Formats: sequence, structure tokens, C-alpha cells
Amino acid sequence: MTDTSTRERADRVVGHGLGTSAPRPDGTPKVRGQFAFSSDLWADEMLWGRTVRSPHPSARIVRVDTTVAEAMAGVHAVLTAADVPGRATYGLEHTDQPVFASDVVRYHGEAVAVVAADHPETARRAAAAVVVDYDVADPLVDPEAAIDAIPIHPDGNVFRHVRIVHGDPDAAGDVVVEGAYEVGMQDQAFLGPESGLAIPAEDGGVDLYISTQWLHVDRDQVAACLNLEPERVRLTLSGVGGAFGAREDVSLQVHLCLLALATGRPVKMLYSREESFFGHVHRHPARMTYRHHATRTGDLVKVEARLVLDGGAYASSSTAVIANASCFAAGPYRVPNAVIDGWAVRTNNPPCGAMRGFGAVQACFGHESQMDRLAAALGMDPVDLRLRNALRTGDVLPTGQRITGVAPVRECIEAAVAHPLPPPAADDPLERPGGAGLTVDSADVRRGVGFAVGFKNLLYSEGFDDYSTAAVRLELAADGEPVATVHCAAAEVGQGFVTLAQQVVRSELGVERVVLRTADTGVGSAGSTSASRQTWMSGGAVQAACEAVKIALAARGGDLSAGPIEELREHHHRPTSPLDERGQGDAHVSYAFAAHRAVVDVDPGLGLVRVVQIATGQDIGRALNPLAVIGQIEGGIAQGVGLAVMEEVLVADGCIQNPSFTDYLIPTALDMPAVAATLIEQPEPGAPFGAKGVGEAPTISSTPAVVAAIRAATGVELARVPVRAADIAMPQAASRGAAQT
Amino acid sequence: MNETYGLRINGRDEQVREAWLGESLLYVLRERLGLPGSKNACEQGECGSCSVFCDGVLVNACCLLAADAVDAEVTTVEGLGAGSTPVQRAFLDEGAVQCGFCTPGLVMAVTDLLQRTSDPSETELREAISGNLCRCTGYGRIFAAVRAAQQGDAQ
Repeated sequence: MTDTSTRERADRVVGHGLGTSAPRPDGTPKVRGQFAFSSDLWADEMLWGRTVRSPHPSARIVRVDTTVAEAMAGVHAVLTAADVPGRATYGLEHTDQPVFASDVVRYHGEAVAVVAADHPETARRAAAAVVVDYDVADPLVDPEAAIDAIPIHPDGNVFRHVRIVHGDPDAAGDVVVEGAYEVGMQDQAFLGPESGLAIPAEDGGVDLYISTQWLHVDRDQVAACLNLEPERVRLTLSGVGGAFGAREDVSLQVHLCLLALATGRPVKMLYSREESFFGHVHRHPARMTYRHHATRTGDLVKVEARLVLDGGAYASSSTAVIANASCFAAGPYRVPNAVIDGWAVRTNNPPCGAMRGFGAVQACFGHESQMDRLAAALGMDPVDLRLRNALRTGDVLPTGQRITGVAPVRECIEAAVAHPLPPPAADDPLERPGGAGLTVDSADVRRGVGFAVGFKNLLYSEGFDDYSTAAVRLELAADGEPVATVHCAAAEVGQGFVTLAQQVVRSELGVERVVLRTADTGVGSAGSTSASRQTWMSGGAVQAACEAVKIALAARGGDLSAGPIEELREHHHRPTSPLDERGQGDAHVSYAFAAHRAVVDVDPGLGLVRVVQIATGQDIGRALNPLAVIGQIEGGIAQGVGLAVMEEVLVADGCIQNPSFTDYLIPTALDMPAVAATLIEQPEPGAPFGAKGVGEAPTISSTPAVVAAIRAATGVELARVPVRAADIAMPQAASRGAAQT
Repeated sequence: MNETYGLRINGRDEQVREAWLGESLLYVLRERLGLPGSKNACEQGECGSCSVFCDGVLVNACCLLAADAVDAEVTTVEGLGAGSTPVQRAFLDEGAVQCGFCTPGLVMAVTDLLQRTSDPSETELREAISGNLCRCTGYGRIFAAVRAAQQGDAQ
């Protein structure tokens, strides 16, 4: 048996190029516990860092006294804002967030100081011994009020207002439906909390081993705050325990480097799960009002929408998130006339930024709830209404941009509904809503089916010069066989770029052995692992470098014996334009579409929900690694299901109420529905290999599909996600409660 | 209060020297004994990333004081075998690994399940790993890996 399986594996290794389910190169160390995540790092004489955080969402800092903490045995440094040698603030797009708060704190959990000690417990006690006197103020927590309120930051309270006016703003339809919707604050909840190791270097610089999504943008922010040349701040990617947007922003990077330089010793930091909830941005909560106009036959005439996203205390990527939410607010439909107002505002709530789906998730819950409402008003089948209005290649978006790539919206919808419906619930009490709670009588269970479609942009938009860099080296190994080495700074966060990079090289160069150098800032930027962009951008850069190697090899007559060939290339996507004052412009490169059909079982009296099945059709361009694509689809759907029925960072008066995995619930193996997926393969013109990024689309319309299914089972309107048991069982009481908070 | 005490990990006797008795088994494994395969994702027994066997029983190493594991036989993911076990190979072959942070804990939980029952029902399988959170995969490929490991064991 062993011989056979070994031989099978060896056979499968041959030809693990594009289009195959090639295995992950990091898989074996990961299953054996030998893969080094950033939390696993260790150095001789290493100290432990710990952050001092504000317990108040809004306060003036009267006094910070570090003397007691500094005097504790084992404590090597206590640093505050006065110890930041360079720029006092950082930020992804706007540098508005202090490294340490010095005059005021603007959110619950904002960093005020950081300590280094010889044991994590000593560091914890020292952090607790730092005395901070606060003059507590009333927090600004209402995003609507924030628009006109007294600014809580010198840069103002409005991060961005996007207004899209398309076609005739006064157009009207025969049938008009209105709705107001809310999305709660979701957390990325990656499994590996923020962590890293900073080591002071002999040249006065620092080496930082870190979990991140974009090494170079971290480096630039760290260098500015340290007042060092970027060359003296060297970042190396360590094992990343998931990301989903939460590692776009700097968290402990600057603090770690400051401590290493101040103590002259390696310093490790590792957030606890609780601190992780305070240490990274979340998905923006949204309040949305919509008005849809249609003809009596079901053609969309106009969409009016107003979206208010609560960005919390600092800008992060709010300006880009609100652009996305606004651009895609009408959904993947032909909408000749539109008026869309999107606001991203500053409050004293926790800062919000990137999370998988990036603005499209919130908007999709709004537009898909509206499409169901419109279908009901028209007496049409919700799927037929969507098919009738589905975007196609050549159609124009509310931004005035014509879709030139593939847009198989109809195919996604048809594929999702073509999957067989699951059988009726088995008699197993564990399979009823509420599961092991065993509180549900099977006679009370009602089944519902719901449907939704969504889309979002791939790659960076609005004129950003988006690129990635890769170097490929081809040489003969000691045994005379060719070996290729890839150096690319693309952050592997679990999505499988390391697998794809090997597949690209195998297919392009025909070389079996492909070595991946560790991602670091020793090579040019690869951009961020976000916006579904690394397959396209860094895959494209690796492909371009391979092409250059092939040309150089051909010029040598195919003879590698004269020495290695190494080529470095950048891949830029085609230029885009900013949105103008009417929200018009060719702002996006490409789009990914998906449709989801959800089946749920609900006990309406108890408000308990079991999501039974999600069927999906997804536009992927081309499946470069089918197994990895399925993994992205199932994983993305899990996060969409989580937002639909369980996941919310609860914030009361600016304070997070549930910063733990005991109180912030994510789907377990018992919560996860069966997934039936169809991959729609229509190669995208202009995309390397014709492939679209697949990570985000599964998260977008899975949420409204589940909610639609619950509505179908119960008849309750459900205008907010996540849907809580009380929203179903006591809808009037629940909506009163929501109005009071 | 610092003490020196002995632990038995993966069949070897280990000395923990001059250590604070408040340290969890997870911390001691990771930071004192050079065994970082068990992961710390929640440190309150919710996520299962730190799953180890303690006298053959699956436990969360974050919720156990190391000093309480004196006299116990502890097995971590590093101690499952020199090569990959059928469960570990199945995780690779079926695409059950993405970021991999939950993987060691899930490998331990699935190993435990298949030691207890060779052919778990769907509900038994889901229940058995419901104490192990995974944020990347949505569990689908993990279920497939368990079935593949079962068949591998049966052959």
C-alpha cells in the first residue's frame, strides 16, 4: 500500500502546472506543526512587548506616568509618544493615526504606551502599572450625527463623500420600493493573532519578521515613524495565520521596532485574542436607505441609495471602501439611472477598514434585499427578476464605465439554481436548528430558500498605479537538472500564491523544480494580498519574468551551462481613472461575479436558524488550481454565513463588548452548510492566464441569500445582519431595541 | 514563584527550569521546550488550535497549567510520527490546509476521532471537530480529508 501511494504521489508531481490541483509547497510543514508562523519566532535574549491601551473611547490624556513600570524588575523599556523619533502618525492612505495617543484618545483600545520585559507576564504587569490619567469625554458614536458634528480629529469627521449621478436623476418607474438596511461590524477573526519579532541591526536599522498583507507599505510607514531610511528597515514575511483584510494596516509593527531599537535586544510581540480585537480594523458597519424604480414588466429604471459607513476613529482604507460600496451599490444589474450618495465618517467607534469584499458586502445586503422586495411588489419570481436585469458585457455601470471583460451574471445565476435542492431535514435532532441544544421540535421547523447575486472589482481602482514585481532565476543544480528560483514579495496568507507561483513557472519554463525565496523587502513591491489581486498581479509578474528568462535562454541557444539567467519584471494592470464630481469614470479594471442560493431551516418561535446548503455559481475566468478555488469558495461562504446569522463586534457607547472567541462567534464545523459550487470558466481578456481572483466573491452575496431564505421561511422582514434569534422570534421587540441603541 | 519540574513530552523527559508556575502547558511547550507546533489563537479553550493529548485525552494546552501535567504523558503534533501520518497526508491531498494555523490542532482532533471510531457518522465527524475553529476553509476540505484518512486507514 505504501509503495503504491508513494508512486501515485510521484506521478502527480510531474506536470503540476497551471490548471492542476498542485499541492501546496508549505503543506507538509503545516500539517506537521513545523511551519514557522510569526508567533513561533524566537531569538536569544529576546524580550516581550506589551501595549498599554485606553479603556475609554474618548478622553483627554492628562498625565502618563511610567516611573513605577520602569522600576519593575525585568522591565527594559517603557515608551510613549515622546519616544517616537520620526513621524508621530501612520495610516494606509491618510497618516492620521498616532503611533501612541498623546493628547486625546479616540477609540476604546487605542495605544498609549508600550513596554518590553523579560517575560510576557512581567510585561503584562508592567503595562498594568503604567498610570494614565484621563479626562473622560462623551464619545461620538452616531455615524449620521458625525457628518455635521464638531470634528473629533484635525482632519475632520468625513473621510469621504462619494456622489454618483448617472442618467436622468429625475427618472421614475411604475413601481417603487423603499427599504432601510443595516450591517453590523464584522471581524476578520483570522486564527493567528498579530505577532512579530524585531531585531536591532548593526547599521542602526532594524529587521522585522512579521505577518502582514503588504511588506513594502508596512516598511514605508515604519521607516517614517522611526526616522530611518527605508533601506535600514528590512521586513521579512513570517508565517501568516490568515488575514482577510485585517493585516492591511499597521498594528504592532512600529511598536516592535521602537522597542528593539530602544533596548538593543530582539523583541517579540504577540497579541492575545482580546487584544487582537482592539489591534486591527473591522468591517465597516453600514446604514443604508434604498429606493428602486422599475417598469411593470420588471426592468430597473432607477436606483437611489444613501450609504453611511462608520469608519471609526481613524481613516485606514475608508476612502476606498466607500468608493466600492458606492460604485457597486446598485448590484450587478443594468441600471440606466442612479443617484447614489456614499459617506464614510469618523466616530469614536473602533476603526474600520479592509475586510474580504471591501464595501461590496454591505451594499449587496442592501441591493439584494431590495431586489426581493421589488420582485414581491411586481409579483415576479426573484430569480427571474435578476435574470431579466443581469449585467452583460457591453453594459454600462452607474459610474458610466462600460464592461469590456466577461460578465457571466446570467450563467452564475443559472448555475446556482441548477443545483439540486437538499433533501428534507433528517430526523436527527442534532440536525435541527439549535443543534445540540435539542430545544427544537421538528414540527415547528420551516424551510426557506433565498437567492442573491453580487459582484465587486478586482485589483486597485481609481487611478492607483498598481503593480507587482518578481524575479525568476534559472540555473543548473548540482545534479545537472534545471532549477528555477522565484523571488516575489507577495504575502502568502493562506490563499495559495506559493502554489500558484510554482505552477506558473512549471508551465512557462517547463521546469519541475521551483524554489520560492522568502518574501521580503529585498525585492520590489508586490502590492497587497487583497482586492483579489495576487493571482493577476504577482502571477502576471512571475509570468513576465519567465518570458524574459525564456528569451535570454534562447539567445544563448538554450545552453544553461554558461551560468544562471535571472530576470526581474514588473506587471502593471491597465490604467484606471479617478471618479469625477458626478462619480463617473473608468475607475475599475475588472469584476468578479457570483450568485448564491441558500436553504435554511428555521424555528420561527425560537428564532433558531440552521443553514442547510449554499449553492453557488461563480465567475472565475479560469481555474488555475481547482482545489484551491473550491477552498476559497467554501471559506468565503463560511464568512458570509457568519455575517448573516452570528458574527458581530458588539459596541456600546464606543466600547467593544465581546472581544473573545467565547463571545464573538464564527461558524464551527456544526454551523457550516453543505456547499455545491459550479465554476464558470470564461477567460478574462487582459488577465494573465485569463484568471480572475476568486477570494472575495463568495463572501458578498452569500449573506443576503441566507437572509432571504430566513425571510422566506418566516415572513419576517429582517432589515439587519447579523440576524439574531430575537429578530425572528420577537421582531417588533427586537426593532424597538435596535432603535434604542 | 519559580520552580524546576519535569514533564514527559512525546516520549522524552524534559526539564522545565526555574519557571513561573502560572505558565500554561501551551506556553511551556512553545516558549521553553522548542515545540511551537501547538498554536495559540484564543488562549481560552475556544478554538482548539493548541490541542494535545494528555494521557491519551484530547485537551486544550492553553487551559492546562504545565505544572499540572507533571506525571502525565503528553503528545503534541510534533510527536505523531517521524513522517506524515495518514491524517496529515489526507489534509495535504484534499486541500484542507490554507493558512495552516488551525491545522495542527485539527490534525490532533481528527487523529483522536479516528482512534475512537473508525467510521464516524456525518454528525459525529462535525461534532468531533466543532471545537476546532478554522477561518479559511469553511471545513469542506477538512471533512473530505477525514473521509480520505478513513479510507487510507481501512486499506
